[in-house]
Amino acid sequence: MNLHLAIIVPELIIVATALVVMLADLTGRAVSAPPRWRGQLMAGLTMVGLIVAALLTLVQIGLPVQDIQNLLIGDELSRYLNLIVLLAAILSVLMAWDYLVHFTRMMAEFYALFLLAVAGMMFMGKAVELMTLFVSLEILSVALYVLTGFHRGQLAGGEAALKYFLLGAFSSGFFLYGATLLYAATGTTYLSEIAALAPGGFFTIAGLALLLIGFGFKLAAVPFHMWAPDAYQGAPTPVTGFMSVATKAAAFIALLRVLLATISVPYEVWSWAIAILALLTMTWGNLAALRQRSLKRMLAYSSIAHAGYIFIGVAAGSQAGMNAVLFYLFAYAFMNVGAFAVAAQLEKPEFSAAQDADISATRGLFGRKPLLAVAMTLFLLSLAGMPPLAGFFGKMYLFIAAVDSGWVWLAVAGAINSVISAYYYLRVTVSMYMYEPSEETFVRLPLQMPVSLAISIAVAGTVLFGILASPWLTSLSRSVVALAAR
Amino acid sequence: MDNSGSILLSLIIWIPFLGALILLFLHSDRRLKQVALGTTLVDFLVSLLLLVRWQPTGEMQFQEFFAWVPRFGINYHLGVDGISLFLVLLTTLLGPIVILFSWNNIRENLKAYLVLMLAQQAAMLGVFLALDLVLFFVFWEFTLIPMYFLIGRWGGRNRIYAALKFFLYTMAGSALMLVVIFLLYFRAGSFDWLELRQASLDPGLQTIAFLAFALAFAIKVPLFPFHTWLPDAHVQAPTAGSVILAGVLLKMGTYGYLRFCLPLFPDATHRFVPWIAGLAIIGIIYGALVALVQKDVKSLVAYSSIAHLGFVMLGVASLNQQGLSGAVLQSINHGLSTGALFLMVGMIYDRRHTRLLSEFGGLWKQIPVFSAFFVVVVMASVGLPGLNGFIGEFTILVGAFQANRLWAVLGTLGVILAAWYLLTAVRGMLHGPLDNPENQKLTDLSRREIWVLAPLVILFFLIGLFPNLFFDKINPSVDLLIRDVQGPALALLLP
Repeated sequence: MNLHLAIIVPELIIVATALVVMLADLTGRAVSAPPRWRGQLMAGLTMVGLIVAALLTLVQIGLPVQDIQNLLIGDELSRYLNLIVLLAAILSVLMAWDYLVHFTRMMAEFYALFLLAVAGMMFMGKAVELMTLFVSLEILSVALYVLTGFHRGQLAGGEAALKYFLLGAFSSGFFLYGATLLYAATGTTYLSEIAALAPGGFFTIAGLALLLIGFGFKLAAVPFHMWAPDAYQGAPTPVTGFMSVATKAAAFIALLRVLLATISVPYEVWSWAIAILALLTMTWGNLAALRQRSLKRMLAYSSIAHAGYIFIGVAAGSQAGMNAVLFYLFAYAFMNVGAFAVAAQLEKPEFSAAQDADISATRGLFGRKPLLAVAMTLFLLSLAGMPPLAGFFGKMYLFIAAVDSGWVWLAVAGAINSVISAYYYLRVTVSMYMYEPSEETFVRLPLQMPVSLAISIAVAGTVLFGILASPWLTSLSRSVVALAAR
Repeated sequence: MDNSGSILLSLIIWIPFLGALILLFLHSDRRLKQVALGTTLVDFLVSLLLLVRWQPTGEMQFQEFFAWVPRFGINYHLGVDGISLFLVLLTTLLGPIVILFSWNNIRENLKAYLVLMLAQQAAMLGVFLALDLVLFFVFWEFTLIPMYFLIGRWGGRNRIYAALKFFLYTMAGSALMLVVIFLLYFRAGSFDWLELRQASLDPGLQTIAFLAFALAFAIKVPLFPFHTWLPDAHVQAPTAGSVILAGVLLKMGTYGYLRFCLPLFPDATHRFVPWIAGLAIIGIIYGALVALVQKDVKSLVAYSSIAHLGFVMLGVASLNQQGLSGAVLQSINHGLSTGALFLMVGMIYDRRHTRLLSEFGGLWKQIPVFSAFFVVVVMASVGLPGLNGFIGEFTILVGAFQANRLWAVLGTLGVILAAWYLLTAVRGMLHGPLDNPENQKLTDLSRREIWVLAPLVILFFLIGLFPNLFFDKINPSVDLLIRDVQGPALALLLP
């Protein structure tokens, strides 16, 4: 019996932290501590849990592959996913540290749900059985539905949560139906057995297609993206930053595992589906982002577009493609959470109708807060794929992988999309540098230490990751299996 | 080669970056300017060591090699030859000059301005020194960022439009180049210029690669139908930005043709050379005609750039020794003389806050030193024998004549037009009655401004009178380049 519980210790730490946070809140209420203090305590506890889990994951890297009953697997892929998710979570908690106090009194609920979402994503990266995968997916989804609606006083918050929930439930249906069809074809839900049986025929292809649609919803791939802009805009900004990165990462890893298992579907078939998804997603995301006036909504569409870029790596299907996906997700964690962290500082600290910042709210930011403006510039240029920032190297590895697998037109489409995207990212820099500050411009939330730390880490990552992470890319390549050579 | 293993090239690239980092921690304006000037001067002196330790060969020298991304064979590979040597020196020379020029006329955000200037310089040096295609692309694309902010924040009235157009236009041009670089990697097995030069690529790939590279470079140069960003960017940029744009940034395009398009894709080069020559000639005549009708001196200089770079491209297209050497030298000449023109236009603009030709007249009586410098600079640009422009244009025309007589004839037309529009500018500004009362209050060049212009003027004469000092270093590399380009074509003639 394979029961290597050690592989899920980081996940268990996260779940335990969630429980501790809730208990601590009860104790805090019993001694009637002021809300601000309770908020700090919860954030601190959450942070400790996340850091411990991250350290334990780092220790695990390089260990042999082990599994639990063929349900969960501890391999390098899952460990790197843990790091991406925890990195995004740590940055987002730093962002939420003081932000939350302005918006809600339910800190413990927020952090506990946040941690559960993290745990769900980490389990999802390890799941190698369809039901386990589904349960992990639901854990993270349910937690995120609630987190999305945390602006309870606002229409936008409610709308966001409801849309996300309804379409999320819908997509779970697709996912389950797909899993059922695969079961019908093979009589098993274990991915390793599905791969070994290598069933051909209609059921497998239909099952994979439905699973792909389910993942498409979670990844906000066009045409399954309709929920994303509203949900991203209405959610509290730390949640938006977190889910735009971490949900994507977890869903991509799970998608890779499913593709590895459905070995009987020829590469030419599924890679075309993915390639078309990539093309639609990046193009539509970028074109729609061009028209946005709200900073957060623009970043939401940009985040859709970035899912499209990552699909390029999946379509490549090679080891280089898988590497590029992981590399991109790391880079993306730094630059995208960073961008949302700056956007959060520009929001109004009270419940009001139009609460998220317009792009015009960044006018003359360079004059008022030069460092914040420079940080935002780095994030945006990196998202646009300008060298020598992390986003450029991420895209470069994706395009290299695509060209290697013969997807030259897809790489060209990606490159052209980068140019389109540069326009709306530059629009923000125009507003920050090239206009004088207007009355609208000011950093609404005081820049506290934790969020400054988050932004600093993100800046360091955005600037240095691409340049320095190359030796790591080599070690990464040894650990990742190629899809095309399944 | 005994200057391999040197870190000179890295020093040249990274000194300005280091200076930019130091600037971040300084506060007093005076100190900022001193450090920035000091950094660029040190960089210039270090780059002069290249001349001291130069080997008389056409091969790459001072090479540096360091594996960067072993997974894909991406390396930090630098090197310099006769084609890039003087571009590097031009860049490091213009660095202190533009900072000295900006000494008193940047009043807001001096720190950011200087940091961007230094970053710009470092990136351009990287472009000229990189021998790895990915490294080249990183520097190439990075040059957009500082210039975008320089135009957008310190530029003229229409600066935002100009900055965005500059950025997006050039980025769009290089998007395809990036993908083709990866394609080359998988077909030829390397990102390294030295290895790609040895590889013989199949004609289909050469055509695709040539077109993608040529598009990126044509926008940068700019060749005729791709030039529309240039008047906006040049006119709206602050003076120092215009100097860097015209002096160095455009040369990245012509350099790109010489370094990549010609030697790497020789078959495609032969196929497309008539097109390039045609566009270059259209550029020469079109640029000159449009310059002729400009009312604003800065626009006049901007359009003259299109014409002058048409000349350089004509030299490139002639594919023979005179044409290519002339193109390399004329790149430098244009950097010096157009840089000086922009500086002088900036100096007069700082005093009068207008650049309209109709506002001036009779300046010779009021500011003789300025006028004298202006005439010399214009003469260098026109191509007066004894000055640098003559050598460059003459060599290019000789090369073009050998390649195709019609090209040379049409090119010569451009020389006449250049004399026409530039001398019109001289007449409008310096001669005639001094009837505008505003102009009667003008002060002559300060000592700092003379210091800014003097090195350039000295070089006009140096190149004009002793061109072989330069050709001696350029020619061996051009010979190798011609061997690369002509090789396959000659092989076809053999039985």
